[in-house]
Amino acid sequence: MPDYLPHTDEERESMLAFLGLESIEDLFDHVPSAVRLAGGLHLPAGKSEPDVAADFDRLGSANRGTTANLVCFAGAGAYDHEVPAVVRALSSRSEFVTAYTPYQPEVAQGVLQAIFEYQTMISRLSGLPIANASLYDGATALVEAVNMAAGATNRQKLLVSSGVHPHWRAVVRTFARGTGHELIEVPLVDGITQWSAVDTRGAAAVVAAYPNYLGVLEDLSEAKAVAEESGALFIVGADPIAASVLRTAGDWGADVVVGEGQPLGTALAFGGPYLGLFACTEAQIRRLPGRLVGETVDTGGRRAFVTTLRAREQDIRREKATSNVCTNQTLMAVTAAIQLGWLGTQGLRDVATRCAVGAHYAHDQLLEISGVEDASTQPFFREFAVTTPLPAAHVLSRLTDEGILGGIAVSALATADDPSLPTGVLDRTILIAVTERRTREEIDQLVAAFAKAVK
Amino acid sequence: MTKMIYAGGRAASAPLLGHETEPTLFEISSPGRSAYQLRTTGIPAVPLSDVIPAAHLATDVVDIAEVSERDLVGHFTRLSHRQFSVDLGAYPLGSCTMKYNPKFCDAVAADPRFNTVHPAAPAALTQGWLELMVTLEETLCEVTGMSAATLQPAAGAAGELTGLLLMRAYHEANGDVRRRVIIPDSAHGTNPASVTLGGYDVTTIPSDERGLVDLAALKAALGPDVAGIMLTNPNTVGLFEDEITEIAAAVHDVGGLLYYDGANLNAILGVVRPGDMGFDIVHMNLHKTFATPHGGGGPGAGPVAVSSRLVEFLPGPKATRLEDGRYDWTTPSRSIGRVHGWHGNAMVLARALAYINVHGGDGLTRVAQHAVLNANWLKKRLSATLPAAYDRPCMHECVLTSSQLKADYGVRALDVAKSLLEEGFHAPTVYFPLIVDEALMFEPTETESVQTLEALAVALETIAERSRVDPDAVRHAPQATPVTRVDEARAARHLIPTEDAAQRA
Repeated sequence: MPDYLPHTDEERESMLAFLGLESIEDLFDHVPSAVRLAGGLHLPAGKSEPDVAADFDRLGSANRGTTANLVCFAGAGAYDHEVPAVVRALSSRSEFVTAYTPYQPEVAQGVLQAIFEYQTMISRLSGLPIANASLYDGATALVEAVNMAAGATNRQKLLVSSGVHPHWRAVVRTFARGTGHELIEVPLVDGITQWSAVDTRGAAAVVAAYPNYLGVLEDLSEAKAVAEESGALFIVGADPIAASVLRTAGDWGADVVVGEGQPLGTALAFGGPYLGLFACTEAQIRRLPGRLVGETVDTGGRRAFVTTLRAREQDIRREKATSNVCTNQTLMAVTAAIQLGWLGTQGLRDVATRCAVGAHYAHDQLLEISGVEDASTQPFFREFAVTTPLPAAHVLSRLTDEGILGGIAVSALATADDPSLPTGVLDRTILIAVTERRTREEIDQLVAAFAKAVK
Repeated sequence: MTKMIYAGGRAASAPLLGHETEPTLFEISSPGRSAYQLRTTGIPAVPLSDVIPAAHLATDVVDIAEVSERDLVGHFTRLSHRQFSVDLGAYPLGSCTMKYNPKFCDAVAADPRFNTVHPAAPAALTQGWLELMVTLEETLCEVTGMSAATLQPAAGAAGELTGLLLMRAYHEANGDVRRRVIIPDSAHGTNPASVTLGGYDVTTIPSDERGLVDLAALKAALGPDVAGIMLTNPNTVGLFEDEITEIAAAVHDVGGLLYYDGANLNAILGVVRPGDMGFDIVHMNLHKTFATPHGGGGPGAGPVAVSSRLVEFLPGPKATRLEDGRYDWTTPSRSIGRVHGWHGNAMVLARALAYINVHGGDGLTRVAQHAVLNANWLKKRLSATLPAAYDRPCMHECVLTSSQLKADYGVRALDVAKSLLEEGFHAPTVYFPLIVDEALMFEPTETESVQTLEALAVALETIAERSRVDPDAVRHAPQATPVTRVDEARAARHLIPTEDAAQRA
């Protein structure tokens, strides 16, 4: 009977005797028998760790990870970046892994200082002065951002570029059921948001993505102007790797920056746990969701860190809180600080440059294949969209046979009527991402396999 | 017990004694240093300006830090030494279920065949993951007595809001406009915050003198505009709501639904199931009950299980077993939609299933039994020092009060908690629930030994005695920790959330 309990039979008997009880079931005598579970749980009997490991071995064998035999050109918001041994080792330290939320700062300076360093890095990459201690993922960070905008403007209308990842838009749509926000998805033409296609008056938020989910770098000046004219907050979903070499979202005039932090040291991990990035202007700080770490001093005058502006939070403000977030993704934030520390100023720029150069190398060769067309003619960063003569899922399946995860079919992310692409094109569109981990040889193999697959 | 056995969970021997501050990563940065190494790609190098138009390129360099690998390792290792954790010692933080996190479960999650899988890879390449998710969903439904579940919510609060949106979708599908959700005054703060985001108003009802839901007050608050009630059972005082059948009947009678906050599920595994108590919606905190590590504040996972009448509204897509035995993604017919960018915190889900499979049904029941045994033992052991707030058998945690120490010596619950830190234990939860004066909430969990509980009790007795002879020492504790009490007011008044703000200050 495997478990992790320390109690010996003798100790259990003596503890029960201390309580004046005869059996351990007596502890539950005050639970009405009408609701008690008779006969126990209908679950398989417990197994030893090695036996459970054998079951997981079978499950693992039924997956194809992006390891040696499946070269990854898949992105769509989750990217195959280098995570070195040193980052994995430090972020696996059990002091970080098995701690609770840092409610007792005297014995939580490790996590608190790491979050402070993370906040600093995210603030700089966002181009905004305040970054919180993390949210669940990019999609839910956007939900918090639009809630912030609705609170700031006392309005309900959200203008969201359909260049924002389809899953993020879907999550915003789900939570709008409760908040009553009106979501308007602004169409793209050639990868560029058509803000003039919608009534922008009375908006709470104008939301753009940089780059957008098709990989396109849009000029954000128009979105900023729309936000200013309508009195909305300008929210940008920004890529933290791109932010090291491109204009920051803050530089484009964003009031709030959200992002998916997975590229900062977190494994692909089948979609989670990832990391919701969130930064904002000082004007919005009282509406900030989630935790914030601040610097202060202890009674001896030494520098110390502590969670601060706690009066915004649910455990104090209850139904008037800015957000219901409690547990967030601290370990991923600590990991991001370690990963960014490992890359450093120059390494992050190097990674970003290699992504952009590699993506353009792949793009230019793929476009030489007959029948492969650009889904957008606009500038891009590490990902781009192409259309093929055949359904995207079919092409990708043939690439998989060659040991290549050749990209993501947009049809796997969005419905056929999504306003981001013309009708009839979406199911023939593939997103292809190139990170600093892809070699020339791998890209050349992708191009050769692609040429065969679209014939 | 014939020979002296020292407590395995007391951390007073740990050298948490550094009294200098650790510099920030930015302070140890030296221009020109670097640690990173990347793959040789063979791709012809071209300047960034050749591929990206100038209008998009940054004019300034974003400064991160410039450190060697050795300095990076030194820095974060030293930070880790300034951090309490379950691995270091007992963490009896009430309401948080800080049990031991088996290393085996971490090893399962580190397997590259799980953690290098792309979330948008076609189902044909992810059959193992899909089977894992289906198995976990079925298992969680058996544990809670529910029909189906979503694994997408990333934490308990995300689960709460998902559950409230399911409640709303159910009522709306019945053409039924409802306005209020009822919450006891002892509830976690996430409950009312989630209700607001779910588009409902909060009606708070008082607890009775037993620390339980006041049934008469509940009935008075009920009406046709009530969408449902959110309850934790055992409640946040650690007591079982023994009138739960009557509560469920009263809420169902007005057409409302019952939401189960699974924060305290550890107390009832294999003993009582929320579904059998009449609940319609249940969220679980896998990072509490099923021992996935809390990560210093996440990642968690907050799956939501529902009774049969709510299944069609669950978030999607969800992993599904097809008739031919293969697995694919399907979306319930009237799904509320996605609540996560992908499929939830998958690695947390894998860890939880590994934990459950080691225990089996019997093992999970033993977990609950021993969690309740430990809490009751500690409560009785401390009865002369810190009496329980309510004189009833507790479940997996006990709420004690230090109001006498405050009255006699001016020592507050916070002072007791801070003093415990230098006795080798993490502090309990203090001042929660709000309805108990000078509350100290202890949740020892099932993985601490009786020797550890005894050492914890002795430490608290020592603190109580010190409160009598030298209350100032208790009020100024801790002194032996990396920092002493911090100036929280200053942190809020002069906000310094980044290194850049610190340099301006």
